[in-house]
Formats: sequence, C-alpha cells, structure tokens
Amino acid sequence: MSQVPLSHILVVSTALFFIGMYGLFTRRNMITMLMSVELILNSVNINFVAFNKYLYPDKLEGVFFTLFIIAIAAAEAAVAIAIIINLYRNFHSIDVEDAGKMKF
Amino acid sequence: MPNHAYIALIPLLPLAAFVVLGLFGRKYLRGLSGGIGTFAVLVSTGLSLWVAYRYFFVEGAVTGAYNPVIALKATWLSFSPGLSIDMSIILDPISVMMIVVVSFVSLMVHIFSLGYMKGEARYGTYYAFLGLFTFSMLGLVLSGNIFEIYIFWELVGCSSYLLIGYYFDRPSAVAAAKKAFIVTRLADLGFLVGILILSFHAETLDFGTLIQRLSGPTPQMVGITTASFLGISALSWGLFLVFVGGAGKSALFPLHIWLPDAMEGPTPVSALIHAATMVVAGVYLVARLYPVYMFPGGAVLHVVLYAGALSALLAAIIACTQTDIKRVLAYSTMSQIGYMMLALGTLHYKGEATTLGFTASMFHLFTHAFFKALLFLCAGVIIHRVHSNEMRDVGGLRKLLPLTHICFLIACLAIAGIPPFSGFFSKEDILLSAWHADKLVYGVALFTSGLTAFYMFRLYFSIFWRKPMLVGGGVHSGDAGAGPLRDAGDAHGEAPFTMKLPLVILALGALLAGFVPFSRLVTYDGTPQPDHSIGFFAVAPVALALIGIFIARYLYFKESDRPGRVAAGLGDLYKTAYHKFYIDEVYLFVTKKIIFNLIGRPAAWIDRNIVDGLMNLLATVTARISAAIKGLQSGRVQDYALYFFAGIAGLTVLFIYLYT
Repeated sequence: MSQVPLSHILVVSTALFFIGMYGLFTRRNMITMLMSVELILNSVNINFVAFNKYLYPDKLEGVFFTLFIIAIAAAEAAVAIAIIINLYRNFHSIDVEDAGKMKF
Repeated sequence: MPNHAYIALIPLLPLAAFVVLGLFGRKYLRGLSGGIGTFAVLVSTGLSLWVAYRYFFVEGAVTGAYNPVIALKATWLSFSPGLSIDMSIILDPISVMMIVVVSFVSLMVHIFSLGYMKGEARYGTYYAFLGLFTFSMLGLVLSGNIFEIYIFWELVGCSSYLLIGYYFDRPSAVAAAKKAFIVTRLADLGFLVGILILSFHAETLDFGTLIQRLSGPTPQMVGITTASFLGISALSWGLFLVFVGGAGKSALFPLHIWLPDAMEGPTPVSALIHAATMVVAGVYLVARLYPVYMFPGGAVLHVVLYAGALSALLAAIIACTQTDIKRVLAYSTMSQIGYMMLALGTLHYKGEATTLGFTASMFHLFTHAFFKALLFLCAGVIIHRVHSNEMRDVGGLRKLLPLTHICFLIACLAIAGIPPFSGFFSKEDILLSAWHADKLVYGVALFTSGLTAFYMFRLYFSIFWRKPMLVGGGVHSGDAGAGPLRDAGDAHGEAPFTMKLPLVILALGALLAGFVPFSRLVTYDGTPQPDHSIGFFAVAPVALALIGIFIARYLYFKESDRPGRVAAGLGDLYKTAYHKFYIDEVYLFVTKKIIFNLIGRPAAWIDRNIVDGLMNLLATVTARISAAIKGLQSGRVQDYALYFFAGIAGLTVLFIYLYT
C-alpha cells in the first residue's frame, strides 16, 4: 500500500481549518459556530497525528496530544452549549447578533 | 534589683481607658466613661506614688544616691547593634517626680471634669482624649530613648490638638487648635533635626549612652565638637535645635503665640495640658539632657537663660493688661515656664550653684503644677457658674463662691511667692541661682516676680471684690454673662462635690508642696544636696511681691477709674502690651504677606498648573485614545474572533519573516 504523502494530509487539514474559520465568521447560529470550532480543532488533530507519523514514527506524543484535545473539545462543547442555553433563556434566540451586549 | 515591670502599667492604664472609651464610650458607656477614665488614672496615680516612695525612700536610701534605673527595655526597631529605638522606662529623680505630678494633676482634672463636663454631648470622647493625653505624657517623662521621647512628644501634641479643638463647632476653637498644632510642629522640626544631629554623632539613641558619650572626652565628643556649621559646632547646633523643640512646646518667646489661644479648650483641659503638664515638657527635655547642655561651657544654656528671662518678663507684662481670665492665666503660665527655663540656664562653675539652678527649675515645675492647676480649676468653677471668661462681667463673687475664693487666694499667694506658700520656696531658689549667674537676669526675674504678684492680685480682686456682691442677676450688662447667671440662680450652690474636692486637694498641695526637701531628692547627678538657707535674700522678692499686691489692691479693690487713668498714663506701652506686643501681627505679616505671597503662591501655581497639569494631560490623552478605539469593542462575538485570528495571522507572518 503506497503511502499518502504528508502534503496531502496537510492540504486536507488546512482546508478543514479554513472551512471552520469561514463557518465561524459567517454563520449567525451559535450551534453552527460551535460546530465550526470543532472543525478547526479537528484540523489541528489531523496535523498532530500526521506529523507524529511522518516525523517521529516510533513515538506516540502526537497521538496522546490528540486524545487530550478531543477530551478538551468535549468539555468545551459542554460549556459552550451551557452558555448557549443561558443566552437562549435571556434572549429567546440563538442568533449571535442578538447577544450584542458584550461591549464597553 | 526588684521587679519593675509593674511601672509599665502607669502609662498603660490610661491608654487602656483611651482605647475602651474611644471604641465604646460614645454608644455603650456614656454615663460610665467618666468613672472608667478616673479609675484608670486613680490606679496609675497610686502606682506612681508607690514608685516614688520606693525610689526615694527605699531603694535610694540604701545607696545614698539616686541613680538612674532602666526599669524596662524592649527593643522596638534596631538599625544596627548599638543604634536602636527602644521602648524603655527610665527612673531617675526627675522622671519619678514628673510621673507623680502628671498622674496626680491628671487625676484631679479627671475628678473635676466629672462635674464640669457633665451632660456634655461628647462626654465619652472627652475622657478618651484625656486618657490618651495622660498616657502620652507619662510615656514622655518615662522615656529612656531620645526617639521614644519624640514619639510621645508628638502624641502629646496630638492629644493637645484634639482637646483644644474639643468644641469643634466653634470656629475660634478650630483655629486655635490648628495654630497650636502648626506652631508646635514647626518647633518639633527643630527637635527632630537636633535629635538627628546628636544621635548621628553620638551613634546611639539611648539617653544614658548619649549623655555618657557627649559629656566627657570621648571620640564621639571630639567628632561632634569639631564638625561645625556656620562657625558653630554641631553639638551646639544639636542642643540648640532640641531646645527650639522644647521652646515650642513650652511656649517660650517667640513661639508662645499658640498658648493663649489654646485656652479655647475646656477649662480642665487647660489646667492639665496647658498649665501643669504638657507645657513643661520643654523644661523637662532640657533637664533630661542637662549634662550634655552643661558640657560645652554652657553656650546653649545662655540662649536658654535669656529666652527664659525674656519670656518671663514679656508674658508678665502682657498678663497685666489682658481681661480674659483664662488668658491672664495662660500668660502667667508662660511667664512661670520662662522662670523654669531661666533657672536651667543659670550655669557657672561653683559646685553647688550649678545644680542649684537645675533643682530650682524642677522644684518650680513641681510647685507650679499645683498652684497653676488650682488656678485653672478655680477659673473653671467661676466660668461654670458665671458663664463668662471676661473679668468685666464678674466681680464680688466671694460670697457666691466662698470655697473657690479661698482656694484662689491660696494659689495667688503661692504664685506671688509669699511665704510660706509653695511658690515662695521654689521662686527663691530660682532667684538665688539667677543671682549667682547673671545680675541682669536676676533683675529681670525679680521685677517679674513683682509683676506676677500684681497681675495675679489684679485678677483676684477683679473677680472676687471690686463690685458689690452678686446675687441673682446682678451681672454687669455683658452680653454673655447676664442671662445664664440668673438662670443658675442659687439653685445649685457653688459647685458639685466632684468639683470642690480637687480644689481642696490642690490647695493643700499649693500650701504644702514647698516643704518638700527638694534639694535632697531631685538633683542633676542624684546626690543629695544640703538644704540651703534663704534668709535675707528673700526680703527683696517678698517686698516686691507685697508692693505688687498693694498696687493691685489700690487699683482694683473697688470699682473706680484708677485703672483707666493708669493705663492712659502709660499710653503706648499699655497699648502695646494689650496687643501682646503685636507678636501675633508680626507672625501674620510674615506668614500672610511674605511666606504666602513669595513661597505659597508660586508653589500653588506650580502645583496647579505643572504638577496637576501633567496629570490632567495624561488623563486627557488616555481618555481621547480610549474614546477613539472603543468602537472596536462592538460586542459582536464574531468581530472578536476575527481580531483574534487576524492577530494570530499577523504574528505568524511576523515569526516566519523573522525566522527565515
């Protein structure tokens, strides 16, 4: 089985990253924004795994790091959803434009 | 050595009273606060008397001389080995004598105030302040470290300020308190610099070591006498500046201007602070450092001598013209303190005479405390009854206030120096030492003692005789006097018992204090001196005092136009004296016209425009910038995320650029 070159994987993760960023900036629905953040995190995970495999094949740090990031992402999603629920209770919407009071 | 730790209780009990009354006096202990304060001082008076008895008659009797004893010593702040600020208690003849005087007079004033201040709104606060004062004054006299004495020195100044301004709703009291504080502060600056000079050269702050090093041929002594500034040695400068501090507290000319105004405080306070105890702190300070003062040929002691003589004379002349009872007494205090300073200044190398001045000064301090406190408390009774400080408004009070009359008469005789009252003995000692020191000063002192008799009896005759007896509303049409006296009527006799008791005790003191064998107990080196007989020497002062009394009787016994004619005859002299030699005006001129205009205004301008201006500029710039960029904080999460990513992108680019 021929190896997939590193650059291919990096292209995928970069694409994923910018897709996530695009989603984060353009979507107004907070759940969608949260999903975009998850995309960004996953692109980072792919990077970690890929670099681990191609640069240090006999080590596992990159993989462990990825596992940690997944755990943290889960926690973060829980917090974010809690925030979104609270915002919904206050504004009766999950549109981020409606929660525009975070200013001076 | 016996255990002396209990001595610390003498100052600490009034402090405890201050803390308790200060914290709870207003709300919870209002009625009790007088009792609590008085009890604390009563115990410390008892302890003081016990200490004095032990010191003079038990421990002193064994060795035959009264050596200084360090009763307690706790290092508070140590700079280097040998240079530390200690909280220590020193017992020597003068400090033991002073704790007795201070606690005793304080006790009398506490008891007197039970009646005098009854019903005052800030009764608890008043006793708290009295406790604070008593604590600081006792601490001052017991200090064994020059910096410790400075701390207590400022504490007495502070409590004096609080008590002068006790009636803070009266603008005049507020002004007087400020004046007292500022004038004494100014003098204390001299004191502080003096301390620094002396302790820098002596390399210690401890009194005992300092005196030992600066009164003999030691390396420190050589250093301090060779260092000089403006042609005067550092030692003289140090001693002079310390004396300036003492002169400020003791109201010597020309720093006396605060004392007459300090009479705005409640009368018992005047008796305690501004007559018997605090104002003699300066005398005490010079006495404490006396061996050092004596050493360099007494150059600074000459200043002490002339400053004392000048103050004694000036104050006596001013006292003859004042019409406010308490002001007359204030000037009389100043004059008597001048006497004490004068006695300290008499120095010459004839063995006995050197210590005579010291002993005489301390003796006068001792007797003066009794009769001056008595005079003030009598004035307190009079003011309490008649509700006026003016001599014009009173007269013929001898039937209305018989006990006060007797006590006042005793005090007047004592201060005038009529034998066998206490003032006679101490004043004779002072005159004797002045005679040996300087004939001119002796003349001034003698003349002043005549004047003293005159103005005291002027006061006495004006208050108690002069007019027909006052019954009910017979007061002169003074605006302050007429109404209240009529209300008072005869309903509540002369004064409550708590006010009479201190008068009687102090009158006994004024009668008998002169018989204390002072030269055996309080001498500067602690070795008892034999009693010296006064004999013929007493004739001149007593005769002058009697002349003074007769002139006063001639002028003021009956209401007449004689005083007016005499005043007119003296013309400008009378007017100048009446206006206190225009010293206040000179001060006002110097401060308002010169200091305010030439220093104050430019400084204010710099402060307002440059210092404040810089600050304002900083604030304005900050405000402008924030106003300009606050739009960035739009409150939209996605904008923030964008800035965040833009920042990261920027940093990434930067790092890549730098890295390659």
